[in-house]
Amino acid sequence: MITVENLSKTYNGNMVLSIENLEIPNGQIFGLVGNNGAGKTTLFSLLLDLIQPSSGFVKNNDVQVNASENWKPFTAAFIDETFLIGYLTPEEYFYFIGELRGLNKEDVNVFLKDYEEFFHGEILGGKKYLRDLSKGNQKKVGIVAAFIGKPKVIILDEPFANLDPSTQFRLKKLIKNFKDEPEVTVLISSHDLLHVTEVCERIVVLEKGKTVKDIQTSEATLKELETFFSEEILSDAAQIPVSE
Amino acid sequence: MLKHFFSLQWKSFFRSASFSTNLGMKILMGFIALYLIATFSILGGAAYYLIEEKLQLNALEVVSRILIYYLVGDLLFRYMLQKMPVVNIKPLLYLPFKKGKIVHFSLWKTVFSFFNIIHAFFFVPFCVVLISNGYEPLQVITWFLGIYMLLYCNNFINIFLNGVNAFLGVVFGCIIILGTLQYYGIFDITLYTGPVFQLFYGVPYTVLAPILLLIVLYYVAFSYFRKNLYLDAGLASKHQEAKAEDLDWLNRFGSISVFLKNDIKLIKRNKRSKTSVFMSFLFIFYGLLFFTGALEVYQGAPWRIFAAIFVTGGFLFSFGQFVPSWDSAYYPLMMSQNIRYRDYLNAKWWLLVMATIVTTILATFYIYYGWEVYLAIVVGAIYNIGVNSHMVLWGGAYVKTPIDLTTNKKAFGDAQAFNAKTLLLMLPKLVLPVLLYAAGHYTVCPFLGYLLVVLTGILGFAFKEKVFNKIEKVYKTEKYKTLAAYKQKN
Repeated sequence: MITVENLSKTYNGNMVLSIENLEIPNGQIFGLVGNNGAGKTTLFSLLLDLIQPSSGFVKNNDVQVNASENWKPFTAAFIDETFLIGYLTPEEYFYFIGELRGLNKEDVNVFLKDYEEFFHGEILGGKKYLRDLSKGNQKKVGIVAAFIGKPKVIILDEPFANLDPSTQFRLKKLIKNFKDEPEVTVLISSHDLLHVTEVCERIVVLEKGKTVKDIQTSEATLKELETFFSEEILSDAAQIPVSE
Repeated sequence: MLKHFFSLQWKSFFRSASFSTNLGMKILMGFIALYLIATFSILGGAAYYLIEEKLQLNALEVVSRILIYYLVGDLLFRYMLQKMPVVNIKPLLYLPFKKGKIVHFSLWKTVFSFFNIIHAFFFVPFCVVLISNGYEPLQVITWFLGIYMLLYCNNFINIFLNGVNAFLGVVFGCIIILGTLQYYGIFDITLYTGPVFQLFYGVPYTVLAPILLLIVLYYVAFSYFRKNLYLDAGLASKHQEAKAEDLDWLNRFGSISVFLKNDIKLIKRNKRSKTSVFMSFLFIFYGLLFFTGALEVYQGAPWRIFAAIFVTGGFLFSFGQFVPSWDSAYYPLMMSQNIRYRDYLNAKWWLLVMATIVTTILATFYIYYGWEVYLAIVVGAIYNIGVNSHMVLWGGAYVKTPIDLTTNKKAFGDAQAFNAKTLLLMLPKLVLPVLLYAAGHYTVCPFLGYLLVVLTGILGFAFKEKVFNKIEKVYKTEKYKTLAAYKQKN
């Protein structure tokens, strides 16, 4: 269970995030949506104790993340390329993360077997360091690395961005698999409303740092989100005549 | 159109992160530039009198002879430090500029680089002195022109050399071989090259040769870049072919082996760290200044221990003081992964210890200068391992400059690395052992001096855990600031 209590983050007097209360039960696949600057990455960074909260706190399975480091063994994340070590090959990177999580080389090799389809033959056995891979392939490595060692909490920031269409479908399948594991909580953020509604059991919409919607996903969710995000534009369009 | 180029250039210079960071840095950069300019000018002005009056030689002839080394050295420095400003070209490609213009602009930009201007500060005073001492003005000017054209040729040659990895080794090898041959009087290349350079004075119109060479090089460079002005050709960054490594033999180090393996890959696969290792290799020879009696000021006995600390501590200082900045590119990963600071620190510490032992072994050639000299070096190594290894890590914890592993920028020191805390930590690193040795040396005998330093080194081990606790605390309290600082690239 992840608990967010009175959490806020201010930069030079600018409130970028302010969440009174948010609880994510174990096993949930949780989606975060919002426009740029809504505070998605800020929230994830606070969950990972990469930035300091201005007030309030985050508890990850009863561990307050900015007070203790005991959340690290069961939490994994991929936020951006600063989670990759550029001068390693993908295999070396997986072994490195594996070793940190108590897996030896053989364990990691076995683990990677399941992701061969996801890598689509472009990652393993190549002659490239991570820094020389394309953005999409880097992302694949980062996401899979976050799955190593059976973490109980997985945080992925915009995992679908930069991925090719086939890989997006494969990733959706991978994330959906976690639905069968009641112990694993997955948190993802995305700009792709279709993808999040498809994989997430619950979706929270952030706007200007505040939660404005908290939806248990159903058939109607996609429509609801689309209406929410297009409202402004539609009302604008009604006022300004479109010139052809 | 040129106006746009210049305004872009202007902004990129004054808005660069390194320039706008802090006032102290600007002042320091200014001082370094002034210092270099002053040394070059004084050297240029004084060279004539030094050579003519002290050595009773012909100044023009001597300078002409040394020139071959000067030129090669210049090329070497350029190769290591001067970069073709490729990155700034990319955004221009999509804009309505003629390609030729972009290339001309980029090439001309290098003409005004510091690496070209600095030589004027030596050669102009030198030539002025020559003329005032009765040398033919016109011929001195053609000589000056000839030399400067050759320096500019270096500028364009360097553009082609960028990315030719073997260059450094080959040139260094040549210099060492030629230098040794010359030192022992077997073969003196300057006897042959000196007169060639002197031709620019003796036969003024020969200056046309380097001018022609320069023009040719410029156009070769121009057409080369014009042809390769594509993202996947000349503008592509070079990709090394990756070679996976196991380094399983390091597993014997237990829980820290995972970091050790990573560190070794870090050092091997990145330009910046390779430069650091190369520099620490040069440090080994620093002792020659002291032990050969080359410089009189360094003859005092306490200097021995000072030299010894540097000979064996090159890697310690050049690598150690930037822990954890080496990992700055992926610091968020390190901070959210399942990592114990203690293991992380221990790994770096072992790396420093191993490097110190290796350099001590490499430094065995100092036995040539007597067993006592090597004893001093071993004593220095013990002090480095016992005290300095954790002192540099402590100092490093306060350094928050991100390191871009893929370039050599700032490899030769970073003003931000010098804050009050790191300076304070310099005291036990360098001053204390020298004082200890001096205390023993002047009261009883040199061996008591060595003994005192060794004992302090061994005593240092006892405080290792204490210092590590302290560093761990610094890491924790400074974590958010460090993360934020590392985010600001270049």
